[in-house]
Amino acid sequence: MTHLVQLAQLLDQIFVLAKHWLLGYVPAGAQPLCSAVLSVVPIIIVFPLLFAITTLLERKGLGRIQNRYGPNRVGPFGLLQPIADGVKTLTKEDIVPITADHAVHFLAPLLLVSASFMDYAVLPIGRNMVIVNLNAGVLFFFAVGSLMELAVFMAGWSSRSKYTLLGAMRAIAQMISYEVPLVLASIVVIMQAGSLSTVAIVNMQATYTGIWPHWFVFTPWGFAGFVLFMVAATAESNRSPFDLPEGESEIIAGYYTEYSGFKFALFFMGEYIGMFATSGMAITLFLGGWSAPFSFLAWIPSYFWFFAKLLVLIAVFIWVRGTLPRLRMDQLMNLAWEFMLPMTLLNLLTAGIWHFMPMGPSRWLVCSIMVAVPCILLSRGLKHKKKFQVHTYHYSE
Amino acid sequence: MVGEGILKGMAETARNFFGSFVSKDRLTTVQYPEQRELRIEAARDFPFLVYDGADWHQGMRCVACQICEKECPPKCIFIEKSKDKKPDANGKPQFYPAVFNIDISVCMSCQICVEVCPFDAIKMDVDYDLSTDDRFGGLLLNKQRLSKSNEYYRKIHPTEASAVDARLAGERARQEAKAKTAAEARLTTTAVQPASGEPR
Repeated sequence: MTHLVQLAQLLDQIFVLAKHWLLGYVPAGAQPLCSAVLSVVPIIIVFPLLFAITTLLERKGLGRIQNRYGPNRVGPFGLLQPIADGVKTLTKEDIVPITADHAVHFLAPLLLVSASFMDYAVLPIGRNMVIVNLNAGVLFFFAVGSLMELAVFMAGWSSRSKYTLLGAMRAIAQMISYEVPLVLASIVVIMQAGSLSTVAIVNMQATYTGIWPHWFVFTPWGFAGFVLFMVAATAESNRSPFDLPEGESEIIAGYYTEYSGFKFALFFMGEYIGMFATSGMAITLFLGGWSAPFSFLAWIPSYFWFFAKLLVLIAVFIWVRGTLPRLRMDQLMNLAWEFMLPMTLLNLLTAGIWHFMPMGPSRWLVCSIMVAVPCILLSRGLKHKKKFQVHTYHYSE
Repeated sequence: MVGEGILKGMAETARNFFGSFVSKDRLTTVQYPEQRELRIEAARDFPFLVYDGADWHQGMRCVACQICEKECPPKCIFIEKSKDKKPDANGKPQFYPAVFNIDISVCMSCQICVEVCPFDAIKMDVDYDLSTDDRFGGLLLNKQRLSKSNEYYRKIHPTEASAVDARLAGERARQEAKAKTAAEARLTTTAVQPASGEPR
């Protein structure tokens, strides 16, 4: 029995131990640098691989939702499709518009990708598997995440095209609007955990009562926070139904219309990597990070649980993309400012009340009501806004 | 409440997703190179030349009257009339196209050539495997590539082809009857007037 426990622990920590073993062969002076490289390189390999798999899963999943097969030509069941796509983008001509601001046009995709990779610095992928345990980790995450907005606007502005500029303007409006509920939705977790460190937040959730974990999503404020966070994260990563900045049917590809070849692929990848990062943050904040969903499953390695949860969230993203049509700009803004923002603010209050009420069913009842009633009332407010009227044009009649 | 319709929609897409794995009827996609749909009778893409009998050159119905060339709106047909005559499917000597080219990269599939042809020699094809790696020569069809048998025509447009066949057969019978009466008349006239050799 003890052997099995030791084996499970060894499997859980195998990457950490391997890193320490490798560092043993390096002179002491070079150890910090080598340690950083050994932590960063796996991230830079694993997540682009996950991106490649996700593009295939997405196309397959969307196909099945629309009763199609999806890609099934390259390799068995189309499994080699991502490789074909990669070769295609690498061999395509890289066209830069003649009037573009070449330097900014070149830097924008690089900034986007590097900003989205920097998000992973504070994500605990497994037990003891985090690049840096910052004591302001959540803050760092959102600060770096907002760099992506800069990259998007750089791309849109430097291309000197009306479509890219329209896309960039929409992107800025949307991302800034949804940054607010995104951060506010995560504050409830910080209030409860009393720490901005992602490692501390996960450690707090990785305990069990009986077989049930203490994930924050299993509380009224945590559930509301999780849903609000995921909606804001969808908008933040420019995914359907919030894909106005790149709306393929209206402004072609939005801010990256003027990109081709591998720079286009970098944009594509940066967006997905960013989406994985925000999903990873949702997992860290609400879904217990690397902790197992039941205490008797804790012997399975922690990193397995992280990636399992990530894949589930990716599947939900794909499912939502296959279901919902694109929002209109005013609907998008109404949702952010009239529904999400008041909900997140009230959720802060709920979390506070939860903290100060005595444990037991009474606080469950009070907090559930505090989440459900505003949700119903605010959504009714959204509904009553739908008034169709004949629009009169003053200048073009 | 907000999200009710979203959940309904999500249930619908989930049903489609899992249903596509369970029932094959949902997947209507035809896996093209391996599977092919039956060709639709009313479809048309580019013209082809009909021939009767086994030999495409011998049985060619086209007599190079050049009406289709003149009528073609995008001017994609090019015909050169032959100097000599060759017997057509009925054995009657006729001119024939020495050159008959259709540039299907120019053709707009309007079917006007088919409408104006008095000999039922040009018809619309339904073949869609026309992609080529040579965008000039590969899309300029000469008369050999354009020629397709009447059996093929009957296969792709059965209703239309049987009407054409009936009409042609009727015409042929009428001509034969006319020829026969003419021959009989000639016989009688030669019997009466052996001196005159030329039939009028």
